[in-house]
Amino acid sequence: MKHNLASSPTGASVTPKDEAPSVRDLFLGFLGLGFTSFGGALPLARRAIVEQRRWLSASEFTDLLGLCQFLPGGNVINLSVALGMRFKGWRGALAGLLGLIAGPSLVVIGLGVLYEHTQNDPHVRHLFVGLAAAAAGLLIAMAAKIVLPLRRDPAAAAVALLGFIAIALLRLPLLPTMLVLTPVGIAVAARAVRRSGETR
Amino acid sequence: MSATLIALATIFSQLSLLAFGGGNTILPEMQRQVVEVHHWMSASEFSALFALAQAAPGPNMMIVTLVGWHVAGWPGMLVTSVAKFAPSSLVTVSALHAWDRFKDRPWRRIAQRGLVPVTAGLVAASAMLIAKASDQAWIAWVITGVCAMLALRTKIHPLWLLAAGSLIGLTGFGQ
Repeated sequence: MKHNLASSPTGASVTPKDEAPSVRDLFLGFLGLGFTSFGGALPLARRAIVEQRRWLSASEFTDLLGLCQFLPGGNVINLSVALGMRFKGWRGALAGLLGLIAGPSLVVIGLGVLYEHTQNDPHVRHLFVGLAAAAAGLLIAMAAKIVLPLRRDPAAAAVALLGFIAIALLRLPLLPTMLVLTPVGIAVAARAVRRSGETR
Repeated sequence: MSATLIALATIFSQLSLLAFGGGNTILPEMQRQVVEVHHWMSASEFSALFALAQAAPGPNMMIVTLVGWHVAGWPGMLVTSVAKFAPSSLVTVSALHAWDRFKDRPWRRIAQRGLVPVTAGLVAASAMLIAKASDQAWIAWVITGVCAMLALRTKIHPLWLLAAGSLIGLTGFGQ
């Protein structure tokens, strides 16, 4: 099953193809995505799946992503599994997942080998102080992007604060923390939805 | 199968099922298990591995692979990867049909919304723990602060920020 991309428009209003991708297409598609997505795979995943390969329409993508963000696991990892499963069943799911993580696994192990061989070199140590500090900065920015919108919702902000205290300050295990906080978070959300009179 | 591999499998399959809101929410628990419970590495080694994984392409869970490899070589990498990716993937597969069926039910939106603050607290905890472990020298705190600001306020690609941080680190200035 070969796809001819020659006639595909690259504008915003692309429609998905009629023909479902093959297992091989799924593997190669996610392999390419894994190799090229630096700094988070999500923005690239959208472009590749909706605009370039036209496997899904924009709204189908958003809906499937909603599921993947809701479930445990990395968003794009879940997306590769869900998309593969939807098109080609178990083999498709496996092809998507393996495609996505094969390349990055090899690259990251290569970097790990390099690091272990050179970590006693003072230059490498210095470089790593800078790299790790920058990576921490990116993580802080990501946390801020999720936390800041909670300003308008004091009850939700309190749940977030409790989670932060339990994990970062008290160093409690994750499982019991989540077993307590998740129902509280859902109760808070249910109350907020009731109050605003939303019914669906 | 060695005790280490069994421990890796247990830890990461549990983390797999608890990773609501993506990979960054489970970093603190991963660090707690790997550093404090099992003493496989120090906190600063853990954040070095985190930094390496951030500099590599792919989904932001590649630290999992790296931790497995660091602890027990290729078998460790394999066991850890399967433990981390298989359980959540099985959940995704089984949820796929239910999700379509319950698309318009109100509880779906409530549950989705209720997980947001939990995720927010966990990612914030990750950020603090990683920053604390990474930043011993004052220059590191400066790099972290400036990177966080730039990532929030501008559209600079994260890879440029990692590269700039590494270069400043390489000069050894302030360390």
